[in-house]
Amino acid sequence: MSKFITILEGLDRRWIFLAMAISVAGPILFIGITGKTLPETPTPTARAVYRAIEALSPGTPVLISFDFDPASGGELTPMATSLVHQCAARGLRMVFIALWPLGPQLIDETIKRVILADYPKLKEGVDYVNLGFQSGNESVMKVMLTDFAKAFPITKNGVAVGDVVALKGIQRVDNFPLLITISAGYPGAKEWIQYVISSSGGKIKMVTGCTGVQTPGLYPYYPVQLNGLLGAIKGAAEYESLVNSSLAPKDTSAAIPAKYLEAQRRMGPQLGAHLLMIALIILGNIAFFAQRNSKVRATS
Amino acid sequence: MKRLVPMWIAIIAGFVMLLSTFFPITESLGETVGEIFNVVAAIAFILGAGSLAKVNLAKISRRDQGWGYAAITLICFTITLVVGLGKIGVPQSTQFPLLGWSGEKDAEGSIFGWIYEFALVPITSTMFALLAFYVASAAFRAFRAKNLEAILLLSTAFIVLLGRTFAGVVLTGWLPDWASGLRLENLSVYIMQVFNTAGNRAIIIGIALGVTATSLRILLGVDRSWMGSGD
Repeated sequence: MSKFITILEGLDRRWIFLAMAISVAGPILFIGITGKTLPETPTPTARAVYRAIEALSPGTPVLISFDFDPASGGELTPMATSLVHQCAARGLRMVFIALWPLGPQLIDETIKRVILADYPKLKEGVDYVNLGFQSGNESVMKVMLTDFAKAFPITKNGVAVGDVVALKGIQRVDNFPLLITISAGYPGAKEWIQYVISSSGGKIKMVTGCTGVQTPGLYPYYPVQLNGLLGAIKGAAEYESLVNSSLAPKDTSAAIPAKYLEAQRRMGPQLGAHLLMIALIILGNIAFFAQRNSKVRATS
Repeated sequence: MKRLVPMWIAIIAGFVMLLSTFFPITESLGETVGEIFNVVAAIAFILGAGSLAKVNLAKISRRDQGWGYAAITLICFTITLVVGLGKIGVPQSTQFPLLGWSGEKDAEGSIFGWIYEFALVPITSTMFALLAFYVASAAFRAFRAKNLEAILLLSTAFIVLLGRTFAGVVLTGWLPDWASGLRLENLSVYIMQVFNTAGNRAIIIGIALGVTATSLRILLGVDRSWMGSGD
């Protein structure tokens, strides 16, 4: 036992790194080979996101803000895929914007992955439009409250927003019944709530998908200012399972494409990493108490 | 003068934004201030680029420790700036075929798009993924049940860590319906929605009061620390 404690006390952190690599790589390989994913039970916050989109009638405009960059793509890209998937299937008019400089590229990738691949009938500029990035953070939000076209005068392709059919009837941001933000930090979901939702007097509903770090800070706004919340990859997996079950092809033998299972696939590595973390905390505490007891014995 | 002008700009802009929230008649004024801010924010990118170049060039010329990294930063920055602004390798836009440089800077086949896809995305993802390794190491060394508060923190961490994965379902899924509130996945949601919300709301209200007090001090010209010590 004392030998085990000595090993624990002097454990090189490279062993911990190796253990983490194995606990993450193992499930990735297993899921990659077998194609099996862990079952998910959607929580009320994920159901609320699904219901908020489902409640809109086809043709309704929705504002989708990509407030993240590739660094958070691991958590947020699967959410973006599922959100756009549900919006496209529902026939909503999707207006994409970005308040982060690398957002427009992520919008393009999502459009390519979901809309161009699976909804080729949807027309750019009519059924969806990418307005690109605008600098200014909260100030852009404030301008959108009074004049949407001033905040985003042209699309990413350089077309004046006045000529875009998808923006018909949109003068102010509160003309959108629903705002979806995929948020990784500042500016993001919190700023949207503070500057747009609070000022709109309840005209706009908002749902968000955010990183795990942001999630605890957004719970206080749910369910009044924030109508739905997808927290980290767990929230993404829950929502993904909801969307997949509702949009599942009638022919049950047809497999769901891997791109629509990304969040659920990532729950495997998350399980491995969480179990390792718990094991490490327990081992660290065993070493700590053993050390403390030996010190007490030595002094007495 | 150097301090007086910025101070008055801040006071006027601040009051305009404040009034535009409460009085619809001043809404357009608030909008104008917002637009000016957007222009200034765009100009700040140039300022940021200049500052980046200045700091890194100084590091290289002084041969400070790690000056090689500063050189790499500058080289990468220059390459990205040139290929982005020059739209090198960008195919002509199909919408505006007669206009030169009308293609998107990050269009497929462009060097900027290549840098984004094959350099930026993997690098930033890798940086983020490395966190898992450092968090694991920190959990082993720093998460100690030293006192009651630490024990509560550890217990909460265990519930949330297990409740956010399938392990929670496996461990407590057998509990009957009348005790379903004790299932780890439900306990995790309860902790987030009740304890976390209560704590966070208290923090948010505290911050809001602090922000209000600080904003008033700036608007009234009492607090000038935001301008720096200056010369």
